[in-house]
Amino acid sequence: MGTVALSETKTMLTLPGDAVRQIQWRFADRFDLQMLVQSARGVARGTVARLVAAGERNTHEWTPAKSEMLEAFDRAGLTAVFMEPEEGGFITGPKNLALALAAFELAWVDGGAATASLAGFLALSPIHERGTQEQITHYKTLAAPPQPGEDRKPWRGAFVLTEPIPYVGVDTGMLNGKMRVAEWKDGEEPWLQVDKRGRFITNIAFANFVTAAVNSDDPRIKGSCFVILEETDEGIFDHGTPTKKLVHQLSSTGDPIFNLKVPASRIVGGYTVKDGVIVPNFNHGEVIEAVFRRTRVPVGVMTAAKLLSAVEPVIRYQRERFRGAEGTKPGTVRYEQGIQQREDALHRLVDVWAAGEAATSLGFAAARLFDTLDPLEKQKSAILKDRGIQGGRAEMKALKESEQRAIELLSNPDAPRRAELEADPLVDFVLKDAEANVICPATKLWNTGHGANMMREAVSLMGGYGITEDCPGFLANKWMDAQLEATYEGPEAVQRRQLTVTMTSEVFLAQFRAWTIAMRRIASDRPGTGACTLASAMQLWLWTLNYLQKATDPGGNKLYHGQRQGVTFALADALCWLLASRCQILDVLELEARGADDPVAAEGLAGTVQFLSDLCHTQAAQAAGEVSRICGELVFGYNQHPAWADEAHKGCFLASELEEYEETMPGITAFAVDVLAADGAHPPKAGPCAGCAGASEFLRLQNKLTTCLSGSRLAKDRAAETVSKVMIPEALDYPA
Amino acid sequence: MANVLHIVVCAGIVPDPLQTLEPVTGPAGPGLKNEMVLPAVLDPWAASALYEAAALAAKNPGSKLWLVSLGPKAKLQQVMMTVAQKIAFELVPIDGPIGGFPDAHSTAAVLAETIAALPGLDKAKLLLFGGWESATRGAGVTLQLVGERLGIIDQFQGVDQIDLRDDGSFEVLERVEGGKHQVSVCAGTPAVLGWATGNLAEPRNNPQTGMANMRTIMPALQKAKPTTLAPNGLRYVSVALPKQQRTTRVVKDLTPDEIAAELVEWIGAE
Repeated sequence: MGTVALSETKTMLTLPGDAVRQIQWRFADRFDLQMLVQSARGVARGTVARLVAAGERNTHEWTPAKSEMLEAFDRAGLTAVFMEPEEGGFITGPKNLALALAAFELAWVDGGAATASLAGFLALSPIHERGTQEQITHYKTLAAPPQPGEDRKPWRGAFVLTEPIPYVGVDTGMLNGKMRVAEWKDGEEPWLQVDKRGRFITNIAFANFVTAAVNSDDPRIKGSCFVILEETDEGIFDHGTPTKKLVHQLSSTGDPIFNLKVPASRIVGGYTVKDGVIVPNFNHGEVIEAVFRRTRVPVGVMTAAKLLSAVEPVIRYQRERFRGAEGTKPGTVRYEQGIQQREDALHRLVDVWAAGEAATSLGFAAARLFDTLDPLEKQKSAILKDRGIQGGRAEMKALKESEQRAIELLSNPDAPRRAELEADPLVDFVLKDAEANVICPATKLWNTGHGANMMREAVSLMGGYGITEDCPGFLANKWMDAQLEATYEGPEAVQRRQLTVTMTSEVFLAQFRAWTIAMRRIASDRPGTGACTLASAMQLWLWTLNYLQKATDPGGNKLYHGQRQGVTFALADALCWLLASRCQILDVLELEARGADDPVAAEGLAGTVQFLSDLCHTQAAQAAGEVSRICGELVFGYNQHPAWADEAHKGCFLASELEEYEETMPGITAFAVDVLAADGAHPPKAGPCAGCAGASEFLRLQNKLTTCLSGSRLAKDRAAETVSKVMIPEALDYPA
Repeated sequence: MANVLHIVVCAGIVPDPLQTLEPVTGPAGPGLKNEMVLPAVLDPWAASALYEAAALAAKNPGSKLWLVSLGPKAKLQQVMMTVAQKIAFELVPIDGPIGGFPDAHSTAAVLAETIAALPGLDKAKLLLFGGWESATRGAGVTLQLVGERLGIIDQFQGVDQIDLRDDGSFEVLERVEGGKHQVSVCAGTPAVLGWATGNLAEPRNNPQTGMANMRTIMPALQKAKPTTLAPNGLRYVSVALPKQQRTTRVVKDLTPDEIAAELVEWIGAE
């Protein structure tokens, strides 16, 4: 026979396919989401890829060709993802994972396309989250694509928060939109005059309506709110000039101007009139909180998708690098393996791949969490309402008791009230809420920030080719795009700021402790996953947080303080590494547990699990290294280094003393580092070595962490070998 | 006047053509390396048949459309996530082996038996559709054999068009040599039509159609019974992929007429 015989192997056979991913990312039982993935993939690798390949990114303007992409979204059902079935959608229930999956597929080819898709949802989000039922039904129905037999164009929306023009001294916390009462006849609805200038507004070129944040400029209106503006409203609805972005050119961005007269019923969430004053039911801050909390997650998933999308083109490039060259004949190692003969090329790709896996796992975990949290949040509000408790602060106060119950549940697994606590929806809510408050900014921060760095690494693996328009997979575009993803919907500093507050919540820290214990248990059963390394890093991070919350600098100033971002932000960065690595490990365990039930995933499952575990181990080691470096710097970096001139040198040995000691303790001289000569001369260094007073436990934990890295490079070697052997398709499934 | 048709489309699944296809010998005989984990698609010619069938059914209210497919049900399920979004149909899955090497007679027997047992199927109204052969692999006789087993003697292959008339008869365009079509008129159903590409574009995905289809597809997949195909003594002596032919010449400054003349000469030589 003209074929080779198959041998038994535990190497991953092919790049992980849909069956594997559906299990890892927990939508194997959701055919609605599986269909969405296929739809989004078809648009991404068809319409979107052709636009990019044809150079449509080379213009800032919104073009007819770019508009075709929106129509492709409509036809494929992507526009309807956000809608309920009765509004023209096809997915019932929370849609955070759905949106994240669609964003993942689109960003696999182009981040701008994903942004264009998400921005429409962003415009509807204030209405969806806080709008009146009438507003929700009206605008979501208008925005839904036409059903068969319908002849209408779906409305497109834009979200207009505030982007003050730089360098004009405007505080980013301020809203630059104003509203006044334009007309208010007795017994009739008031009319508002809205004046708003937007900057860097996505989807604006083709928006039929916007949801805009505005402040009151009239004593008859209280505070701020979101208001819906339509392009046919009386006044000016100027879509503005396109922003000259260097990235994401498949999404429209511009600086619009609005001066419109609208009825007060356009206030998102409605209003009440108290003592002759219009009081919006939700101020703009309450709306933003509800919106951004969810929409930031798909942005993080977008950058993660790019990292994973880079794997196949890089492998193909590496393997085929020398083919066609004179002297490189088929059958030779140089021909067959190309650059993959070199360990460095393989190891660097393993790093990119591992980061992509971790980022994707983190992002989808966050999306799933919000899917669980959404109904819980409604349940929580209903329960509290029944108790006569409504509003932000009153609810927070009322939930304090639930927080204590949640901590009790986590801290004492054998609590007699365990069953009662587990069944308490408010306890469940505070647990998930605390986690969401951390995992959302972590996804946005780490996926986009570290993702951008790793995309640069992916580009570098393609050599000079990587930075050209011809690079398969559009890697250079994806690298630059990642920088915008790190910025929009709240730049990195905003995410870090949020983390510094939410990661110190007692409920979150109680969960973090429980996760650390769970990682040790996982490590006991699955030592190859890096779970033990991660658990040690988690312990070190937690110790450092506790230490820094009490410690002061030599000037007596607190180290863990809102204004001390050198401490708090760094610790937030470290936490993100841990969270991503943890989610990555959990996803591989899920695959291992359930993969055998799916005949497709079961094929070669052992090899796939082994490889993905090796990536986990590699990533856990990276995370551990980052945490160790950051924590070490924070714990010791704020101590004054001893100087030869100060009191500290009195603790040093004198040379003459050592000679005497040597008689009774032979060998002591070898251990003495800081020795002063009789004339006061000292070794040539900054000062006596610093001690570790108060931080010896840190050193113990850090030392343990270092030894916990054992095996991580062996895992990387194994992963690299798989990368050199795994079967890839003959060609990329989208044009370059 | 519309005719009520019962259209059954036989369509297999094949590896996505972009995948690396490497023949190997496994315990069950020849196959493609890692075929089970390679992304699969509906066989392209059979997919054309399905889209033509859907269009025909839509033009003839009251008609029914079944898609009968033999393959591992887990792979079928994956493929359905795309196909089910395109048109409305009832899936009849047969949980069988993957690959292009099973015996065509055994495959045809299973397919014919399944079709004959379809609840509500009126064989007098039956149009049996499929690819005239697999677009990527296959013996090229399976559909014909299914037709024979069902007792359908009017068979057409390489079909690009069907025009149904009010009296129930229909005109069929079959591909013949020289880029031409043979035109036949058939008195009426039942008939077998092995499709080439047809004239229709691939329908766009519509998740709402998909959701409606999935209400019947998922239970059908769950209930699909495992089927084994008798080897019938079939033995492969040699299996190989077609050799890639690339005889590229780099020539500059040829006029369009010269290029056209060379192409015509080359086509003539073929």
